[in-house]
Amino acid sequence: MSDTSISDVHAVKPAGNVSHGNSFADHPLVQLTLVRFREFIREPEALFWVFVFPLLLAAGLGIAFRNRPAEILQIAAVTPELAQSLRREKLLDVRQLDLPAAEESLRTGKVALIAEPGANGTVEYFYDDTNPEGRAAQLLADRAVQRAAGRVDPVSTRDQMLREPGSRYIDFLIPGLLGMNLMGSAMWSIGFAIVDARRKKLLKRLVASPMPRHFYLLSFLLSRILLLVVEVALLLGFGALLFHVPLRGSLLDLAIVCVLGSLSFCALGLLIASRAKTIEAASGLMNVVMMPMWIASGVFFSSQKFPDVMQPFIKALPLTAVIDALRANILQGANLAQIAPQIGIICFWLVVCFGLALKLFRWR
Amino acid sequence: MPQTASQLALRIHNLRKAYKDVVAVDGLELEVRAGECFGLLGPNGAGKTTTVEICEGLTDPDSGEVEVLGLRWSSNATQLRQQLGIQLQDTQLSEKLTVFETVRLFRSFFRKGADTSEVIARVQLEEKQKSRVGDLSGGQKQRLALACALVGDPDFLFLDEPTTGLDPQARRQLWELIEEFKKSGRTILLTTHYMDEAEQLCDRVAIMDHGKEIALGTPRELIAANCAEQLVEFVAGGAAKMLDVPALRSIAGVRDVRSENGAVRLQVTELHTAVPVLLAELTRQNVPLTELRTHSATLEDVFVTLTGRHLRDE
Repeated sequence: MSDTSISDVHAVKPAGNVSHGNSFADHPLVQLTLVRFREFIREPEALFWVFVFPLLLAAGLGIAFRNRPAEILQIAAVTPELAQSLRREKLLDVRQLDLPAAEESLRTGKVALIAEPGANGTVEYFYDDTNPEGRAAQLLADRAVQRAAGRVDPVSTRDQMLREPGSRYIDFLIPGLLGMNLMGSAMWSIGFAIVDARRKKLLKRLVASPMPRHFYLLSFLLSRILLLVVEVALLLGFGALLFHVPLRGSLLDLAIVCVLGSLSFCALGLLIASRAKTIEAASGLMNVVMMPMWIASGVFFSSQKFPDVMQPFIKALPLTAVIDALRANILQGANLAQIAPQIGIICFWLVVCFGLALKLFRWR
Repeated sequence: MPQTASQLALRIHNLRKAYKDVVAVDGLELEVRAGECFGLLGPNGAGKTTTVEICEGLTDPDSGEVEVLGLRWSSNATQLRQQLGIQLQDTQLSEKLTVFETVRLFRSFFRKGADTSEVIARVQLEEKQKSRVGDLSGGQKQRLALACALVGDPDFLFLDEPTTGLDPQARRQLWELIEEFKKSGRTILLTTHYMDEAEQLCDRVAIMDHGKEIALGTPRELIAANCAEQLVEFVAGGAAKMLDVPALRSIAGVRDVRSENGAVRLQVTELHTAVPVLLAELTRQNVPLTELRTHSATLEDVFVTLTGRHLRDE
């Protein structure tokens, strides 16, 4: 048995072992943040979902919904005479088919409308009135049929074409995808990493060390904000270069919206991860939280399409606020004052979720 | 603080901790002296891990007092964290980091301690320092966990089942590293359910069962107090029921006889005189002998003597 008392044990230790902690890189927060980066870039799947997938989605949807110059509608005519009259309309591509073939084509979406002679010189149109293409085809076909029969329009009109960037579908889509990406990457990266560390008892090991606990959470926020720069720049740069999506608002305001939005989604992810012990439980909760927002918050189509009674709830969702603020900034050039209500909603979620998460959080 | 108290690295008084329906620690008293390697032994579920985690400040006790290095968790947590080296049972360190990155991360949490590479060298992982943690063997992972515990140059090292699940060679390698740390004169609290590990490493051991300490002393003392020096075991099969146990007990040098499931176990002081007499007695009783073994008593035998159960029964 050693006679050395505990206070003496210090003195016994070899000297020269003591100095440490001067260098920036050896700061625990720096090391923890580096760990976040290393774990992220060494996970190819995560790289794909965060960086590549939104670009693929934007490219795919941008191409599918691109504004075609003067869209030609395909329709079917059952008799040669009708086909003849309809071909005078330049916006229609008329195919002459027998009735069964024409019906087959309508069912499979190859034509938008069938024109068939009825009794006593009338003409019957078959089309789906819930399909905008069907309705447009009906208007064009009817105009062609009436004019062929000798109708003269009483008022002469002239069309002026305006195709301005900022009002196309891709312009609507890019801010939506950006918002969705901010939500997904923040929630998954925090939620998964923390639940995984808890499951592996790594969280417990870390709190058994002298690591300051707030540094652990801070390292997630820091790495998220740094990755955010890359994420946002990629998606907006992609939209601007390939589709000429305009950036009308101030970039500083845009950065503020992105950072606040990302932080509030981080807080939401932290809240979800505060107790969950398995990846399955966490991803279930994530989907429950994210799914309604993917649908309702106006990523792919305007949230205005939902009934009026639902609007207050939809407006209160964090993703709706983020996407509305992004669209106002990017497409309308709105300043911070104009998007103050959205910023308020984002900050509300940030404070409430973060407060709750800190209260509920379990390290083991 | 009185001088005697300061020579204790750990003092546990009347410690109690219950989970929903299980009492994990039940009025435990324990003292670990500064500079010794103290073993906490017992079967799974004996309350070892709960005890250790209370000492590590990871679990709050229901009642009782715990003083580590003369400090208490309630008032000196920050200072204590800097002075303890902790290795937990089955922690999985991040698989995507390299050995060097992992040790460096833990190094950044401590105010004092050796350089990252030096600690890696101490656990003999120099050649692996650029390898991902996920690519290490079980033994290498345990040595990395040990490195993370040693990185702050601790005054008190907690090792919770450090060699569970390792192959014999990896266990021996880890034992050597622990012996190496012992030489620096600092304190170790080790839990294990391997009695050979405790005999190999520990200056003193406490045997725990059902949340209580049931024996305390050096491994030698415990064996001497609870078991005769030698053990003789034989299998009598079906004939065990007809065995005349009192007759066996009366053989000179036999201290205790236990019979369970056809296996008979005798504690013997004088092996060379007792065995011939035993064989003659068995022949007289007409008991066929299928197996006969003798060995020196171990802590495992102490546990069997104290509880009537084997360590791995649970």
